[in-house]
Amino acid sequence: MASVSIPGEYAFVDANFGDSPPVPATQRRRRVRWWRGVVLLVAGAYFFLPIYAGLKFTFQDIYGKFSFQAVKNLPTAPGFHDAFWLSMRLGLITVAVSAVLLVPTSIYVRLRLPRLRPLLEFVTILPIVIPPIILILGVLGSAPLWAKSSPYLLSFEYVILSMPFVYRSLDAGLSAIDLKTLVEASRSLGGSWVQTIWRVVLPNMRPALLSAMVLTLALVLGEYTMALLDGWNTIPVWIAQFNTASDGHIQVAASMIGLVGTWIILTVIVSLDRSGTRRSRRRVRTIQTTKEQ
Amino acid sequence: MNPLIFDGDMAVGGAGASASAPPTAGVVTRPSRRALRRVGFPILAMSPFVIFTFIGLGIPVLAVIDHAFRTEKGHLTTANLRVVSHGVYRLGFENSIKLSLIESILPGILGVFLAYAILTSSHGWLRPLVTTASGVLANFGGINLTFMFIASLGSTGVLTVWLKSVHLDPWNYGFNLYTFYGVAFVYMYFQIPLMVLVITPALGALRTSWREAAQNMGASNWQYWRHVGVPVLLPSILGAMLLLFGSAFAAYATAQSLTGGIIALSPIQIGNLMNGNVLSGQVNVGYAIGLGMLVVLTVTMVLYGLVRRRASKWLQ
Repeated sequence: MASVSIPGEYAFVDANFGDSPPVPATQRRRRVRWWRGVVLLVAGAYFFLPIYAGLKFTFQDIYGKFSFQAVKNLPTAPGFHDAFWLSMRLGLITVAVSAVLLVPTSIYVRLRLPRLRPLLEFVTILPIVIPPIILILGVLGSAPLWAKSSPYLLSFEYVILSMPFVYRSLDAGLSAIDLKTLVEASRSLGGSWVQTIWRVVLPNMRPALLSAMVLTLALVLGEYTMALLDGWNTIPVWIAQFNTASDGHIQVAASMIGLVGTWIILTVIVSLDRSGTRRSRRRVRTIQTTKEQ
Repeated sequence: MNPLIFDGDMAVGGAGASASAPPTAGVVTRPSRRALRRVGFPILAMSPFVIFTFIGLGIPVLAVIDHAFRTEKGHLTTANLRVVSHGVYRLGFENSIKLSLIESILPGILGVFLAYAILTSSHGWLRPLVTTASGVLANFGGINLTFMFIASLGSTGVLTVWLKSVHLDPWNYGFNLYTFYGVAFVYMYFQIPLMVLVITPALGALRTSWREAAQNMGASNWQYWRHVGVPVLLPSILGAMLLLFGSAFAAYATAQSLTGGIIALSPIQIGNLMNGNVLSGQVNVGYAIGLGMLVVLTVTMVLYGLVRRRASKWLQ
């Protein structure tokens, strides 16, 4: 370890007192790259190994041979169908409610009440701080009976749980665009408020909105604590309580499909978003290089 | 006079309403109507959010506090709190705090290095991949995580089998996935991504000009970090670690599904009390544990707020 870092130090002394700056600069960068490589490697191993193991179990039959049996058996496993549709219904309702609640609020606060932004940020981060276990404890202690007997009470609470991600995502999307100019332009051209939001603001924050929705859906499909204690058999509760003795691979398969699916969708959304910005950046770079030449 | 009024309207941002008001009524009602718009519309616009969060977040929290001080029949009492501050429930708090401390310091440090490595990496594809991965993994506690780790480090897991084949079975060396330290190991899987998510903006705000200035004045790499980088980042890092503390302290699903609820952590104990796994007549003890957790988390968040204020001094 020392033998690697010492040349770097020497190189840096050269950088200060030598007369040729480019050489030490590259040497120094190599030193940085060395520890970076180790960090990325260790992190990569820690984060990919469980995913690999999960995938391996997913595509294995009970004798340890490669097969699609677990994935194939999943839809017909007892109880899966009901759990899946309950989770999907809860997810879609949560996504819809949280979009309807938070999109207008975040736009309005950014346009008209910027002083409330810190407060909104504080309130929307509270669900991270207040654990779901305490939230469901309080909900079950205070909700009226008719609400407790409906699974959609969970949706209501999931909107709260997803607020930190949704609000942050929307807020980031809003700061990436010149909201005020867009709104003023649309309004002065005669657009109504609804038209302005629907046809000007929303298309401009589509990536943010999409990633907020996907995150929300992922959260609902993976939420275990509240569903378990509220006594509803959603997908995660079903996975946990599914009888391992019959086929443990099905449980792992269900978990892995959820993880990998969410990840792929999110990466696609983010890279779509980035490819847009990269295109404009490349344009800027071409202009610069032509100038230099 | 006319241009002045016009200016005033523009400043409020209301385009048409007061200008198109009938001229006779205008003089008298305009100020009050404007005042109403100025105050009334924001209240109206904010009310869905405020009402929703109050019902969904405020009332449950108040209910927890209220129930913690009541017997099952509704009389005021401090008996629940006394039960909670002794014996197994006290142990639960101690374990939870210990776990959360481990889970804030270790992933905190690792996360900073990881975030910096990714941020300064020359591979452009790495950042979006890691950003989305962090976003997914940071919220990825619970049941899925449990099964992934059982598949890799359980007694027949992939890694266990590999290590066994070179005669290094971790289970023979006292490793057990279903204990306190096993849980601690698994928690890192969402704690490190959370740290990366939270700290990356702060790291990105370190200006190259600071480093260049330090280098021009002859500072070594170490001196730059010792006197510029770390002092500037420290409030952000501490703040992020406080968030990690809260996240680990609150986590339930992972520990529950991994250990089946036998580990003595406060959230697990609440869950067991609510599931009726204990003697009846103790339901409100769960609320008292909840209150205790809320107190710990409030202290954490107050500290977080103080540190944040300090952090925003340098990093915008």
